[in-house]
Amino acid sequence: MSAAEASTRRDSFGALETHLRARRDSGAKLLVPYVTGGYQGWQRAVEAAAAAGADAIEIGVPFSDPVMDGPVIQQASTAALVDGATPASVLEEARELDTGVPHAVMTYYNLCHHQGHERFASALLDAGVCAAILPDLPYVEAGPWLEAAAETGLEAILLAAPTTPEHRLADLCGASRGFVYAVGLLGVTGERTALARTATQIAARCLAVTDRPVLTGVGIGSPSQAIEACEVSDGVIIGSAVVRTLMSDGPEAVGELVASYRTALDHG
Amino acid sequence: MGEPTPSSRSVMGEPTTDGRFGEFGGRFVPETLVAACEELEAAFREAWADPAFVAEFETTLRDYGGRPSPLTECRNLSSQLGVRLLVKREDLNHTGSHKINNVIGQALLAQRMGKTRLVAETGAGQHGVATATAAALLGMECKVYMGAVDVDRQALNVFRMRLLGSEVESVQSGSRTLKDAVNEALRDWVATVENTHYCLGSVMGPHPYPWMVRTFHHILGDEAAAQCKDLTGGDPDVVVACVGGGSNAAGIFSGFADGDARLVGVEPAGGAAVGRGVPGVVHGMTSYLMQDEVGQVMEAESISAGLDYPGVGPEHAYLAAIGRAEYPSVTDDEVVEAFTLMSRAEGIIPALECAHALAWIVRAAPEMQGQTVLMNLSGRGDKDVDQMMDVLGMHGIVS
Ligand SMILES: Cc1ncc(COP(=O)(O)O)c(C=O)c1O
Repeated sequence: MSAAEASTRRDSFGALETHLRARRDSGAKLLVPYVTGGYQGWQRAVEAAAAAGADAIEIGVPFSDPVMDGPVIQQASTAALVDGATPASVLEEARELDTGVPHAVMTYYNLCHHQGHERFASALLDAGVCAAILPDLPYVEAGPWLEAAAETGLEAILLAAPTTPEHRLADLCGASRGFVYAVGLLGVTGERTALARTATQIAARCLAVTDRPVLTGVGIGSPSQAIEACEVSDGVIIGSAVVRTLMSDGPEAVGELVASYRTALDHG
Repeated sequence: MGEPTPSSRSVMGEPTTDGRFGEFGGRFVPETLVAACEELEAAFREAWADPAFVAEFETTLRDYGGRPSPLTECRNLSSQLGVRLLVKREDLNHTGSHKINNVIGQALLAQRMGKTRLVAETGAGQHGVATATAAALLGMECKVYMGAVDVDRQALNVFRMRLLGSEVESVQSGSRTLKDAVNEALRDWVATVENTHYCLGSVMGPHPYPWMVRTFHHILGDEAAAQCKDLTGGDPDVVVACVGGGSNAAGIFSGFADGDARLVGVEPAGGAAVGRGVPGVVHGMTSYLMQDEVGQVMEAESISAGLDYPGVGPEHAYLAAIGRAEYPSVTDDEVVEAFTLMSRAEGIIPALECAHALAWIVRAAPEMQGQTVLMNLSGRGDKDVDQMMDVLGMHGIVS
């Protein structure tokens, strides 16, 4: 690969990032709901979320040891695993989805490691997924995965945390593809009564070093918290609130929930 | 030119700067914890280079922990088995196992780092009790995560931890054993990293834990090497220890790794991570890991709560890969027999964990006739008597 080709490759954005940049540049705040793949009704929940104005969808591939997840997503993952969900079955079902927005997978690194980086990335792309988030694979260990994903054409999203030191943040944001996932608080996924102060701080720190879209996730559990986060951030990821709604009220209720966030972000 | 330091020339030397033992190890934690691991590594390096810290560590282990632990020659078992059996008596340490070495090291380090709270995972409860003990001694807050299954089978240790002033949380997720307790402790640490130190109980987890925990247990290997030399004039032929995460094994191996002794780490048949030989990544490390065909982590199954772990420390994966140590496994039935055997033959009730080591020695003795075998007796069996009363009652050995 020549230097010129390498630089074009670096500068051309994948489907997710292209889409999110366009939406952001049009003035919209970005909304990305998370749904646990394999949980009963999850495909309808994804379609309802997209129809209600999601800009992209994060699909969870359940893993036996989800260390970054709080009780709600743990419960949904366990239920999906008990129902027989596997990475292959979730991707097979993901392939059937027609939402009109980009899909990213969120799962844990062992499932990728076990299959092999290239095969894992290719399997995602085959299922119409354009990006992946691996929350237990930090930037300092991500080198080989970032390379394999780039080779394959999958966007590897990296997470930045409130504890990420300044000397690493610019490189991390530079290496991320799709968007930068700003972890809003010290803790695992789950709704909190108030938005943590760290949520806007980490988003601001990321935005100062990258022009990539920065989305804040972990700990955003209400439309008003989403508005507050988006005073700084380009958008939000909502996970536990969506999954809790799916588990208690079913997929159609997820559409209503996402619509309430959409309205809040569009009209304050 | 990169002149190797003495420690990097050792088979069990320092890992690489990115925390690797060969291809194993690393720092596979959420981004939130990376800085904490780096801070811990820097603090450990600084403290371990400070003679005052090392002196405080050693003095505390001596005056409070009861070190050095003796080496006992098991004359009755030796004549029964046809080997010369020496056992390193970590069961005689304060709190009843080797775990205290690591915990005193980490608790002193945490205090030096300005942390006020400890969290820990525990399987059998020995590491939890040791951590609760250190927290009481140093006036720190402490919370111990323990799988619900283990809370049931190790009720005495749960009470001990609470008596010592620690909070014990019964973990209901996943297989509800040690692996899930580690997950829960990690989740706690992700949220509390500013004031909390995660006092990990074995040579596992993200760098620097495997190396740091082994370093704190090195003292038992050094003692054993000197004691063997005094008693027999040299190294034993075989060094045997049980392996859950692998800390007691790493401690005793580190005293002999650069010599000629055969090193044997004994895994439970239902938790034979090295035996199955499939690499994976969980709990911050690349190592051998029991997993299904797609990479979901499997639940280990062992009579001993302390070995009920589907992974193994990365340095053991490395020692196995380079052929320096071997990792056979034994069944629960063999363990029950060894537990009874040691009690009756020597008047020592071993912890179920190290009964695994004896079970392998019993099985392999015919091929080791006349050899000197050093076994790490990693803990005492008091915690297991309740459970064993049921087991042995069922087997009709004790009425
Ligand atoms: C007495 C004893 N030995 C061994 C172990 C296993 O730990 P490791 O493999 O780290 O030595 C435990 C764990 O609880 C224990 O209590």
